[in-house]
Amino acid sequence: MTTRDTDWDGVRLHVVTGKGGTGKTTVAAALALALATAGRRVLLIEVEGRQGIARLFDVPPLPYEERKVALGLGAGGSGQGGDVYALAVDPEGALLDYLEMFYNLRRMGKTLTRLGVVDFATTIAPGLSDVLVTGKATEAARRRVGRHDDTHVYHAVVMDAPPTGRISRFLDVSTEVSGLAKVGPIRTHADTVARVIRSPQTAVHFVTTLEEMPVQETLDGIADLHELTGDAIRPGGIIINMARPAMLSEADLAAAAAGTLDSSELAVGLKAAGISDNHGLAADLMTELHEHALQVALQGREREELTTSGRPLYELPIIGEGIDLAGLYQLAAALRDQGAA
Amino acid sequence: MSATAPVLDMDRLIDDRRTRIIVCCGSGGVGKTTAAAAIGLRAAERGRQACVLTVDPARRLAQSMGLTSLDNTPRRVDGVETGSGGSLHAMMLDMKRTFDEIVEAHSDPDRAAQILANPFYQSLSSSFAGTQEYMAMEKLGQLRRAEEWDLIVVDTPPSRSALDFLDAPQRLGRFLDGRLIRMLTGPAKTGMSAMRVLNAGFAMMTGVLTKILGAQVLKDAQTFVTALDTMFGGFRERAETTYRLLQAPGTAFLVVAAPEPDALREASYFVERLDAERMPLAGLVLNRVHKSPAGRLSAARSLAAAETLEAQDKPNEPGDSPPDYSIAAAALRMHAERMSLSKREARLAGHFTSAHPAIPVAEVVAQPEDVHDLDGLRVVGTLLSRQGS
Repeated sequence: MTTRDTDWDGVRLHVVTGKGGTGKTTVAAALALALATAGRRVLLIEVEGRQGIARLFDVPPLPYEERKVALGLGAGGSGQGGDVYALAVDPEGALLDYLEMFYNLRRMGKTLTRLGVVDFATTIAPGLSDVLVTGKATEAARRRVGRHDDTHVYHAVVMDAPPTGRISRFLDVSTEVSGLAKVGPIRTHADTVARVIRSPQTAVHFVTTLEEMPVQETLDGIADLHELTGDAIRPGGIIINMARPAMLSEADLAAAAAGTLDSSELAVGLKAAGISDNHGLAADLMTELHEHALQVALQGREREELTTSGRPLYELPIIGEGIDLAGLYQLAAALRDQGAA
Repeated sequence: MSATAPVLDMDRLIDDRRTRIIVCCGSGGVGKTTAAAAIGLRAAERGRQACVLTVDPARRLAQSMGLTSLDNTPRRVDGVETGSGGSLHAMMLDMKRTFDEIVEAHSDPDRAAQILANPFYQSLSSSFAGTQEYMAMEKLGQLRRAEEWDLIVVDTPPSRSALDFLDAPQRLGRFLDGRLIRMLTGPAKTGMSAMRVLNAGFAMMTGVLTKILGAQVLKDAQTFVTALDTMFGGFRERAETTYRLLQAPGTAFLVVAAPEPDALREASYFVERLDAERMPLAGLVLNRVHKSPAGRLSAARSLAAAETLEAQDKPNEPGDSPPDYSIAAAALRMHAERMSLSKREARLAGHFTSAHPAIPVAEVVAQPEDVHDLDGLRVVGTLLSRQGS
C-alpha cells in the first residue's frame, strides 16, 4: 500500500458534477479507478438512473446493490489495484433502504411505494428524494466494517452527481428539507446527511471542457455553491476533460491564428512527403491549421478563465477512439499523476 | 459513408406557414438552445413572427438575444433584419412565476395565497425536477394561445433525461389521481363503501407517514393537497391540452444531438418515444460535426506522410542544417486526426440512420469558437439550411 500525498487526502466523498456532454460519468469512473490503489475499496455511485456506469464498464445494468465492477489502477500504473464497486441509487430504492435501516419497515415501504409515496416524494417534494439519494452516499462513506472494527468499508465514495446547474440545491439538503420539516425524523436524517456533506470529508469536483459554456457554468456552479452554503460545502478541483493538444509551436500558432503563417513551408513539406498539391490541398490544410490555432487560443483563454476560480486544475486528454476500459485506466493514470488521487 | 439519410430541409420547415411550433429536444450539452435560437432568428429574418422560448440559456447566449433578466415575458430582440416583415421575440422561462400564475388563475385569492405560502408548494415550484418540464410546456401552451406569434421555437429543459418533459403531464396526472392523494385529502373525498375497506389501512398509513415524515410535515402536505384539490381538474386539463397541442399538425419536433455515442443513443431513444406518442418529428439536427476541407487526403496517407517528413527532419551529415518540415508534419498529423474523428462521427451517424432510415438529418459543422451574438446565430442558421453542399 502506498502512502502518497494527494490533493484530496481526508476526502471520503467525492462528488463529481459537470455540464451535460463534458464527460462527467467518465471522469467519475476514472477517479474511482485512480483512488482504488491496492488494498483499498472504492464505491462509485450513480444517481440519475441512466446506467452510464454499467455501459462504461461493459457490465449488465446495475441493480440497487453494491457490486464489484472493476479493479482499481495499480501502483505505478502496473499491477492490480483495489476493488471498485458500483451502485445505481434511485429514490425508490433509497426510500426502502431508509425505512429498513431506521425503522425496520421494508415491507411497509413496498406498500408505500405502491400507494404512490415515491411519486409523492419526486413530484411534490423533490427535496425529499434528494435527501434519500445523498443519504445513501453519505451512509456508504461513513460505513464501518463492524461494531468492533471501525475501519471504513470504503476508502472513498465517488458520486456521479446531477449536472452543474442543479448541484448546489441537490447537495444543500438541510436547507431544502428544513423548509418542509422543522422537526421530525426526516429532518434529523437530513441534518445527519448535511453534516457529512458540509465537512472537509466531502469535496465537489467540476468537470468541464475548454469551451465557453461549460467553463462559464463551472464558474457559476462554484459561485452558487459559495453563495448558497457559505463555504460549508467545499468545491474540490476542476477537471478539464477532452483537452486537445497544440500541434504547433507557440510562434507558429500565433501566425496561423493571424493567418500569416508561411504557406510555402507547408507546400515544400508536402512535396517532400510525395503528396501532390492537387486542387489547392496546401491551402485547405492551411485552413485547418488556422482553425486549429483558433481552437488552441480559445482553449488557452478558457483555461485562464478557470484559473480565476483559484481551484486546482487537472487536465485529461481527448481519447481519440472513444472511451473503453483501457481509456478509463489511461484517464485514471493521468488523474493520479497530477495528484488528484 | 454508410446509410445515407434524407436531408432535412430547414428553410422549407420554417417557411411553411403551417409550422407553428418547433420543439428542440435532446440530451444536455448538445447545443439545443443555440439551435433553437438560430432557427428562431432565421425564421424571423425570412418573414415569420417568431418567438424563442428558452429554459436555461447560457448567459452569453441569452445576452446575444438581449435577454438580461428572467421576467417571463417575451422581449423583442434588436438587431434582427426585418426587411421581410418578420420579427423575433425571446423569453426565458421563470418556472416559479409560471406556476404561481396557474395557481392564481385557478383559485380564489384567499386560497391562492394559502397555497403560495405552503412550504410544499414553495419546494415544488422552485425545484428543478419535473416542475421545469411541466412549466415549459405550460408556457408554450400560453404563448401559442396568445396568437401573437406565428412560430414558436422552444428548447426543452436540460433534464436528467431528455424524455422527462413528455412524461411530465402524465406523471402529474398519475400523481393527482394517486391513491396517496385520496388518502391525504381524507375520508371526505372517498365514498363510504371504499372507506370501510380503507379505514384500517388509512390509520396505519397515517401512523407510518407520521413516523417517517413527522406530524408537521404530514399536516403541511395534507393542507397543501387539500388546497390544491379544487384546482386539480384545471391543472390536468391544461397539461392534457398542451400534450395534444404537441401532437397536432403544425408542431414539429427536432431532435438535437452531437455525433457522440451517448447523445446519439439518447436521440435514438427519443425518436422512438416520439413515434410511440405520435408526436410529429421533423428530423435530427446533428450538431458540431467535424469535416475537413481536405477530405481527399485520407487519414492513413496523411499520417504516413507526416511520419516520412519527421524521419527526414534530421541532418543527413553532422553539421548539415536539416530541412524544416515541422509545419507540414504538424499539419498532416492534425489532418489525420481530424479525418479519423470525422470518420468516427460519420460511422456513428450511420448507425443512427440505419436504425431510423426515414429520419431526415441536418448537419451543423463544428465552429472553432462558441456562439455569443446574433452574427454567430446567423452562421448556425445558414449552416442548418445549407445541407449537402
